[in-house]
Amino acid sequence: MATKTSAGFKAGVQDYRLTYYTPDYTPKDTDLLACFRMTPQPGVPPEEAGAAVAAESSTGTWTTVWTDGLTDLDRYKGRCYEVEPVPGEDNQYFCFVAYPLDLFEEGSVTNVLTSLVGNVFGFKALRALRLEDIRFPVALIKTFQGPPHGITVERDKLNKYGRPLLGCTIKPKLGLSAKNYGRAVYECLRGGLDFTKDDENINSQPFMRWRDRFLFVQEAIEKSQAETNEIKGHYLNVTAATCEEMLKRAEFAKEIGTPIIMHDFLTGGFTANTTLAKYCRDNGLLLHIHRAMHAVIDRQRNHGIHFRVLAKCLRLSGGDHLHSGTVVGKLEGERGITMGFVDLMREDYVEEDRSRGIFFTQDYASMGGVMPVASGGIHVWHMPALVEIFGDDSCLQFGGGTLGHPWGNAPGATANRVALEACIQARNEGRSLAREGNDVIREACRWSPELAAACELWKEIKFEFEAMDTL
Amino acid sequence: MKTLPKERRYETLSYLPPLSDQQIAKQIDYMLDQGYIPGVEFEKDPTPELHHWTLWKLPLFDARSAQDVLNEVRECRSEYSDCYIRVVGFDNLRQCQTVSFIVYKPGTSRY
Repeated sequence: MATKTSAGFKAGVQDYRLTYYTPDYTPKDTDLLACFRMTPQPGVPPEEAGAAVAAESSTGTWTTVWTDGLTDLDRYKGRCYEVEPVPGEDNQYFCFVAYPLDLFEEGSVTNVLTSLVGNVFGFKALRALRLEDIRFPVALIKTFQGPPHGITVERDKLNKYGRPLLGCTIKPKLGLSAKNYGRAVYECLRGGLDFTKDDENINSQPFMRWRDRFLFVQEAIEKSQAETNEIKGHYLNVTAATCEEMLKRAEFAKEIGTPIIMHDFLTGGFTANTTLAKYCRDNGLLLHIHRAMHAVIDRQRNHGIHFRVLAKCLRLSGGDHLHSGTVVGKLEGERGITMGFVDLMREDYVEEDRSRGIFFTQDYASMGGVMPVASGGIHVWHMPALVEIFGDDSCLQFGGGTLGHPWGNAPGATANRVALEACIQARNEGRSLAREGNDVIREACRWSPELAAACELWKEIKFEFEAMDTL
Repeated sequence: MKTLPKERRYETLSYLPPLSDQQIAKQIDYMLDQGYIPGVEFEKDPTPELHHWTLWKLPLFDARSAQDVLNEVRECRSEYSDCYIRVVGFDNLRQCQTVSFIVYKPGTSRY
């Protein structure tokens, strides 16, 4: 549909529907595709709302301007090419929009989001709007560096194969001195964890300045590594008030030879994150990504941005680990949805699958994968379920589940490592962790006093894995 | 309450009691079922950041059973009885290593 009229410039308020709703359009391979969940205001027809979304997130302005005549808006406009009712919901519609490649700067997640989730989310004709999924065209994907290293290179660097990695966030989250903090790290690592983690709130507060923390933690890493003969790491949080400060801390981390650092990608912002990810690739540092603030953006079903979009954006911006939830204890549907975006984090090619919330087939064109991190509220009895659900390419983090062990951090860490390896051994021997998981843990308790003590403290739990297949 | 003793470890499965021949065979079966290419590596005094242990012969592209791999482990052990030995697995489609676990530590009778 033509944007320009032959009658010359005609001032007035835009009728977006005429220009931006194009149901006959077939999206191109080079288009960036987006799926929005729209809730129009009462009386606004869905096609009109869809056209408005396409317009407001691309070339549209509320009124006609004469400079429109100096360009070819057909070449640059977003097109709403499909609107369909959301099953089971009243007055909600999935609106599919195709954006031409030229609308976006190469290698900039910031630019993509500024367009797609900018002014349009405050648009008056809509009561609510949620960005459900984005299909990044390969042509655009190839302009991003992606994760600094990716899953397979991380494994090679760490010399850890055929099992999930184990981590733990050091607690209390605020208030330890740098030296006491370093001791807690050492005890966890010597017990058999691969990683410990700075809590996201820890940046550089008066009780523990960043440089002191980095040095004591690095000493803990080196000592535990020498004693256990395994590679160890601690996610040193370099999130800071300015990019300059962030990079200064990252540079110091590199200088002292630490293997992995950490960033909060949403509070820090995508520009800072991408800068840091490039620094990490150039300097051989792994990058762990925390997701503080995500629930503000992704929690509402009808408004905001789904986490799968944030996860995809992070993969492009760059990160080797990303928190993805634990799944255990959740409803079946949520488990499927979670595993859907876990695939989007770590697989190279993911097929469209509405039952898992994946609206578009996504080809990452060999970009490295991001390791999902399951963290929070989990303990040894969850281990069989976590191994079954997440498989080897994941990082399982037991905070309270390590530090809360009655004998302390090191035995707590050993309990987790023993439980993990018992599960891996059993799975590889062909046993079903879904059915026999608790037996596997109990058997290991017979020869591991550390695990037995943990199992006594935390309560056995039951899982119904079989239902996973019904998704 | 107990203090955890200091002990050297050798990555995946090294927190379990030493694996019996039968247990090792099951791990190798799993690896072969996944389509991975098995191999055997040995090293006298491995340090944590030593990524490359010395390869025993070549990766066992033609191994059909766990026994084929165990035979190589046995041969490697008799020739390098003072070395640590681990079984590794490669995925040629994903172009990466996927498996590594210790099967022999010098000074212990089982491997």
